[in-house]
Amino acid sequence: MKKKHAELAEVFNADESMTDWHDETLWWIRQKRDRSAHNIPEWEQLRQWASDIKAHTLSNLDYYLEEFERNAIANGIKVHWARDAAEHNAIIAGIIRENGVSRVVKSKSMLTEECHLNDHLKDLGIEVVDTDLGERIVQLRDEPPSHIVLPAIHLKKEEVSKTFHQKLGTELGNHDPVYLTSAARDHLRERFIEAELAITGVNFAVANTGEFVVCTNEGNADMGAHLAKVHIAAMGIEKLIPSQKHLGVFTRLLARSATGQPITAYTSHFRTPARGRAIHIVLVDNGRSRLLGQEDFRNSLKCIRCGACFNTCPVYRRSGGHSYHTAIAGPIGSILSPNLDLKANADLPFASTLCGSCSNVCPVKINIHEQLWKWRQVIADKKQFGLFKRLSMRVTATVLSSPFVYRITGRMARWVLRNWPAMINRKSINPWYKQREMPEAPKESFREWYVKNGQL
Amino acid sequence: MPSMKVGLFVPCYIDQFYPQVAIATLQLLQKLGCDVVVPLEQTCCGQPLANSGFSKLTKGCEKNFVANFAGVDYVVAPSGSCVLHIKEHLPDGKSPSLSTHIRSTIYELTEFLTDVLKVEKLEAYFPYKVGFHNSCHGQRGLGLSSMTELNMPGFSKPAMLLGMVDGIQVQLPERQDECCGFGGTFCVFEEAVSVKMGKDRIREHQSNEVDVITGCDVSCLMHLEGLLKRQGSKIRVMHIAEILNCQ
Repeated sequence: MKKKHAELAEVFNADESMTDWHDETLWWIRQKRDRSAHNIPEWEQLRQWASDIKAHTLSNLDYYLEEFERNAIANGIKVHWARDAAEHNAIIAGIIRENGVSRVVKSKSMLTEECHLNDHLKDLGIEVVDTDLGERIVQLRDEPPSHIVLPAIHLKKEEVSKTFHQKLGTELGNHDPVYLTSAARDHLRERFIEAELAITGVNFAVANTGEFVVCTNEGNADMGAHLAKVHIAAMGIEKLIPSQKHLGVFTRLLARSATGQPITAYTSHFRTPARGRAIHIVLVDNGRSRLLGQEDFRNSLKCIRCGACFNTCPVYRRSGGHSYHTAIAGPIGSILSPNLDLKANADLPFASTLCGSCSNVCPVKINIHEQLWKWRQVIADKKQFGLFKRLSMRVTATVLSSPFVYRITGRMARWVLRNWPAMINRKSINPWYKQREMPEAPKESFREWYVKNGQL
Repeated sequence: MPSMKVGLFVPCYIDQFYPQVAIATLQLLQKLGCDVVVPLEQTCCGQPLANSGFSKLTKGCEKNFVANFAGVDYVVAPSGSCVLHIKEHLPDGKSPSLSTHIRSTIYELTEFLTDVLKVEKLEAYFPYKVGFHNSCHGQRGLGLSSMTELNMPGFSKPAMLLGMVDGIQVQLPERQDECCGFGGTFCVFEEAVSVKMGKDRIREHQSNEVDVITGCDVSCLMHLEGLLKRQGSKIRVMHIAEILNCQ
């Protein structure tokens, strides 16, 4: 069985200095985000507008999807529909085959990660090179990304240097970031020039013009799409916005929330294929319409994948992306993943203290921490817990429902803690006690004190 | 000051393990002229069950809660977290008007002091350096103070009250509203991360050389206290009510 978040987080925490480094690096980005957001007086208003635009679009998704399709086709884009990950992968593999292509580059797309496209294509003998630097680093290491915006944030430059030495033949022990980036650049340039087909994600699709927008800081999506004959864009159906005039709200929010930049370095609009070229767009559902049908969870479809909730999350910062064992980690992943596979991801809504910081940084005001709470209820209702937990909760409920039983139990617990602490203070049975002392048990509860002294 | 009937809600773990916090809250409210009622059959708000996913098992707690707190003008508790749970999750049940009344008149102690009693001065003396811990449910859930994520003017109800205490020196940690990692059952089911978060909070207060860490939620303080004691630290934890009630 797959390891759960708590176990994987414990492994991550075994190296405390690494955990500190991970925490501090992401906190630094959170601070950059704060400075950038607080410099915009109308920031909270922008968040509200973004949230409202998304709410409107989601409520009329069928209409806008059809409008987008109509306009995209009129622009010369080939539109495909995929019900799930398997269809998405099959469509993309089909296009690659039809074009008789063997060299493919791909820029960042969390959707293709969600659908495990790379593995699928690899099985078919098609090699895909990820061109986002962070993505390429984790790809060379045969690892999944650990963050949706900063895929290799779990690695220090020394690790990257080792990987590059092994895979790209760079100097052993040369950790200089400029040297390493330049080596990656040379390596990727070759791939771009050779590539016959480019896959990109989609940040926003505009219904009234049939265009789509891809945001990157490295320009790698543009290089792939402009050099290759065929461009395939993979897009979740929730990425739509009604019209171009709404775009500015999101581009102002996206980069500031993600990294604290005023705007991404490249915000590219794709509308019509150049002569002799082709653009395909794959519109993917993969559980999204199921979310749309659930009032409690539909707001999660507003997500623009900025990663702000990751950077602010005190749990994510101290457990690392891989502990979430899903393509999309962090707080947003913890509310999206149960929809994809409740059983496999039942631990994720519990990987949170419900502190609420995620909801506060979210540029589209997704009530993330409330949805985490709601998923917990669904998980308990669907009996995704072991018998021990279910029984212990029942016992707790019985004790707390009866004032008399509660008082007796409380008195007993305090007596044991005072007179027989060894029974409870054992690291093997009491996770609290592993690294913390138990609270001191007083002789009298407040109630007992009050009955004696309160009415004086 | 008008006399108002205030029901003192003493969360279960405070009742059992931190009676001094409830005593301080009671005395403070009485000093400020409230007619305080302590319903003797109260137990727990049900939050530990609900946050674990078992909100369907909280009916007994809720029924008991409503029965205990029917008939008071306000319900006040020295715990932002429990108050937030009642405010957000107390269902209407068999007595909808009572539940609505409770949900809209339940207050965490410091917001009750600032927003309802509108306290402007306190007879309190506490000559120590105090680190303040912003607890998430109180801060973000109840809005006890401004939040660093939001673009909003800065304020803090608990800090305002601490400012009325003579001799006190209050210090916020650098990450002024980062979670301590308690998180209810999170503290045992995610032990490693919970402890790491708590240790990081403590480190900041230690570097500020505080004598005491205070806050509006005993649960967070209990977690930090457990870590401090294991480390053999001299820093004590005290609930804000104990400081505001100190003379």
